[in-house]
Formats: sequence, structure tokens, C-alpha cells
Amino acid sequence: MTDGGAPAEPAPAEEATKTGATAWRRFARDYLSPKAEIPTQAALLAGFLFGGFILLLWCGITYGGLVPPNFLPAPHKVLLAGIQFTQQGRLPRDIWASARVVLLGFAISSIIAVPLGILMGGFRIVQAALEPTINFIRYLPVTSMIPLLILWVGIGIEQKVSVILIGTFFQQVVMIADVARQVPRDLINVSYTLGARRGLVVTRVLLPATLPGVVDALRVTMGWAWTYLVVAELVAANSGLGYLSLQAMRGFRVDVIFLAIFIIGFLGMAMDFLFRAIRRWGLPWAE
Amino acid sequence: MSKLSIRDVELRFERRGRPPLLALDRISLDVADKEFAVIVGPSGCGKSSLLYLVAGLNRPSGGIMLLDGKPIDEPDRDRGMVFQSYTLFPWLTVRDNIAFGLKIQGKGAADQQAIVDRYLAEVGLESFADAYPKQLSGGMMQRVALARAMANDPQILLMDEPFGALDSQTRVMMQQLLLHVWEHEHKTVLFVTHDIDEALLLGDRLYVMTARPGRIKERLHVTLPRPRPVEMTMSPEFLALKQRVLGLLQEEVTKSIGLGRAEAG
Repeated sequence: MTDGGAPAEPAPAEEATKTGATAWRRFARDYLSPKAEIPTQAALLAGFLFGGFILLLWCGITYGGLVPPNFLPAPHKVLLAGIQFTQQGRLPRDIWASARVVLLGFAISSIIAVPLGILMGGFRIVQAALEPTINFIRYLPVTSMIPLLILWVGIGIEQKVSVILIGTFFQQVVMIADVARQVPRDLINVSYTLGARRGLVVTRVLLPATLPGVVDALRVTMGWAWTYLVVAELVAANSGLGYLSLQAMRGFRVDVIFLAIFIIGFLGMAMDFLFRAIRRWGLPWAE
Repeated sequence: MSKLSIRDVELRFERRGRPPLLALDRISLDVADKEFAVIVGPSGCGKSSLLYLVAGLNRPSGGIMLLDGKPIDEPDRDRGMVFQSYTLFPWLTVRDNIAFGLKIQGKGAADQQAIVDRYLAEVGLESFADAYPKQLSGGMMQRVALARAMANDPQILLMDEPFGALDSQTRVMMQQLLLHVWEHEHKTVLFVTHDIDEALLLGDRLYVMTARPGRIKERLHVTLPRPRPVEMTMSPEFLALKQRVLGLLQEEVTKSIGLGRAEAG
């Protein structure tokens, strides 16, 4: 930590109130200055404190009897539901059913969207051809396609995968095209002056230059893929976390609804972590 | 025969609903083999545009450009370029950045290694061979960019204000390094800058350009002896030359900041 304009500390002989005020001033200067860096430990502590505060609030409301248990379940109820459903084998099955759909839809979408997006951002002609159509489809809510998808592909896994595919694909293409468009022009120019031909410029320069941005775009759209999963499962499904939640609603099992929400949240966090790790370890050269 | 010859080159930008903007007006110049030629001019005069034309990164609206008697068409490795912006490939180490052009040529691994090592030493970055660009300072990045361009053994080295983004101390150090490298390698160089000290310290021949539309206003032979240490910038000969160029440029700068808008687009 630097302490650029720090006020001088008062002599130890001064009164206690004065040192209290100094401590506060120092805290304010170190932690409450706009955009100032803080130590990693402090950052971790702040995160845990806030999480703990929410948990405590939840405990207080439920154990204190402020709300009826069928409105908001107590934390241990959710935990018990988790143990019960795991022992029955239901929870792993539902998690796998959901994860499979998300990963499948996301993978198919990414495999097409990444190259297409790079082409769109790299070549004005591709952009001119595709952009109007993609922008039209991009603003259609995926939910408006569900009736059509059910008619076309039924209510099996194909329907859910399609919802995720449509929901993420067009966003991915637009985001990745943006990434490719932001590759500095002189990076392309210098490659030409070093003797690279057009094809090589695409594979050896444009492609690697977009990698960090592509990983970031995938990380963000992965979050949206999870959102669309639950939408798809609420409409028509016989397994999965959305279905688990829907069934729990019918049986007034608020604890199970919360269980499903937590699992989705934790899986999302794990995915986010995974993408960050890929970025850090796979692309150590990126800023 | 001159290495690079430029005859009546023009660059015009078409504009919708308005007359086309003339950026370069009948530029003619010759760069001799192993000569260090410098183009100096006020900002916006089109001096960088001219360099991009020679590189083949843009096409002139008229005129002829010949390198070794052959017309310039597409960009190629016979015209290496160092840009003002940082253009190292971030995903490649310093070593692999310098080897980029050699790999494309299909040079053998041993050859590549030898050439890269030679130019790493030339720019004094042996100990950073395996670093990524993000670990380097601005001056170091431009040294790698210079080594990368030189390693490709171009017929002419084009430099577009390569030290423009650096602080003044680093800039002076880079000029000395460039002079040192140039005295070793004796490449033909076409260098663009708006900095008169830099132009006089580096060049054999100086072309002063007018404000837009860019024309060659004056050609000067810089007869200062080499090697040229920094201290030379304080010698009477240097100062006399500087005063002359300053006078030439002053008129153009006044024009370009809007005091004479006769021809401005």
C-alpha cells in the first residue's frame, strides 16, 4: 500500500479520542478512497463478512419466527433436504440432467459462434451480410420460440438444448464479433509487413489476438445459458433442477425450491471459476 | 540507382457530398541504398500516410513507387515497418515475436535461433528473451519491434514515429540505440517524425513537408559527421541546421492550426 498524502501521525502522548479519530481517518484513507487498491486479505474478509451477514439475517428471520416456515425455510431445512435428496439419488440425477443440457447447448453454440463471430468482426463483408439478420433474431425473447420448438422437436432434451442454443448463440456471435473488431489494426498491418499473407494473418494473428476476449465472452454467456436452462425446464421436463423446483412448488416444499436455487448458484459460480482459471493458466500472456 | 523512388504520388480521400480531400500532393523523393532518410512535418501533414503507402498498406490515388526498380503493390517483407503504436504479438514471447517473420519464411530452427540471438543482442534484450510483451516497458517493446523488423532482413526499414509514445529520456536512449544498430547493419531507412532534433540526429537526408495537403517543401542534406552522440544536438552546426528547419516548419504549423485556412478541407 502506498500512502501518498497521508497525514502525519500525532504524538503518542495525545488523548485516546484523538488516536481514535486518527485510526478512523487512516481507515477512511486506505479503504474509502475511490478506486484505491486494498489488500487481498481485506478483500476476502469483506466478501465473507457480507455473506455471513446475509446468512445471519436469514437465520434471524427464520429461527426468530418472523416468517412462517412454508414461506421461507430455515437454513438447516435446506441442508437436510439436500442430504435427503442426495441419499435418494435424486439430486445427483437432476444436477446431471441439467448440466448435460447446459453443456451440450453451450458447446454446440460456442463451436459455431466463436469462428462465426471472429469472421464477422474480422471481415466487413461477413458483418454486412449477417448483422441485420442476427440483430433481428437477437432481440426475440427465447421464450417466444418455445411453443415453436415444442412443435418442432418435442419436449425431450432436444427442446431444452435448442432453447439454450438459441438463447446463447446470437449473443455470443455479437460479443465475439466485437472482440475481433477491437483487435488493433496495426497488429494486422505489422503482420503483413513481416511477410504474412491473408490466410496466415487470420490464423496466426487475428485468432490468437481474440482468445482472451473470447474466453471472457464465453464466461458471461455461460451464465445466460443457465438462466435459459431453468426457463426450458419449467416449461416441459421430467428431470433437472428446474423440474425439481417446479415439483417442490406443487408439494409446498420451499426448502427444496431453495435447495435447487442454491445448487444452480453454486454450479454457476464453479463455471465462472473454471473460466477464470482457463484465462489465468491457459493465457498467461493476456493482460 | 536509388533504392526507393517515389514519383508524383498523390493520396485523395473521397468524401460524400464534398470535394475529395487531398492528403498528399505530388510527392517525389528518392532514398539511396543504405541511406537514412527522414521525413519531418507538422502533425496531420500526411507523412505517416506516405509511409503506409510505401509499406503497401494503403494504395495511392496516383503516382509511381518503385523499390529496387519494381513497382510497389502489396505489403511484403522487403519493406519492414516499426509503428508508433505497440504492435508486439502479446501471445508470443520476445524470442517468438522476433522469429515471427523467419517462421513464415520457413527458415530452419537453427537459423532462426542464430538470427534471433543476434538481434536480441543488438537491442540489448538477451535477458528478456522469454518474457511476454506485457512484462516489458514501452521502450523495450519498441526495441523488440525494431529487432523483429530487422531480423526479417528487409530491403528498407520504414519507421513511423517509433519513439513518439516514449518519455524524453527513453526517446534519447532509443535514438542512440537505433544509430548504433544502423551503423552495424547499414539498412536503408525511411523514418517519419515531427521532432526536429530526432530528424537531424538520425538522418542523412531530410525532407520537410508542408501542412495538408502534404508536399515536399524542402530537401536538406544533413552533413553532420557520424557517429552522432546526444551532445551533438548542442553543437553550432546542429543548431544552425535546427534553426533553418524550425523556420520552415513554423510557417506550416501556423497554417495547420488554422491561421491559414485557404486550402484546408
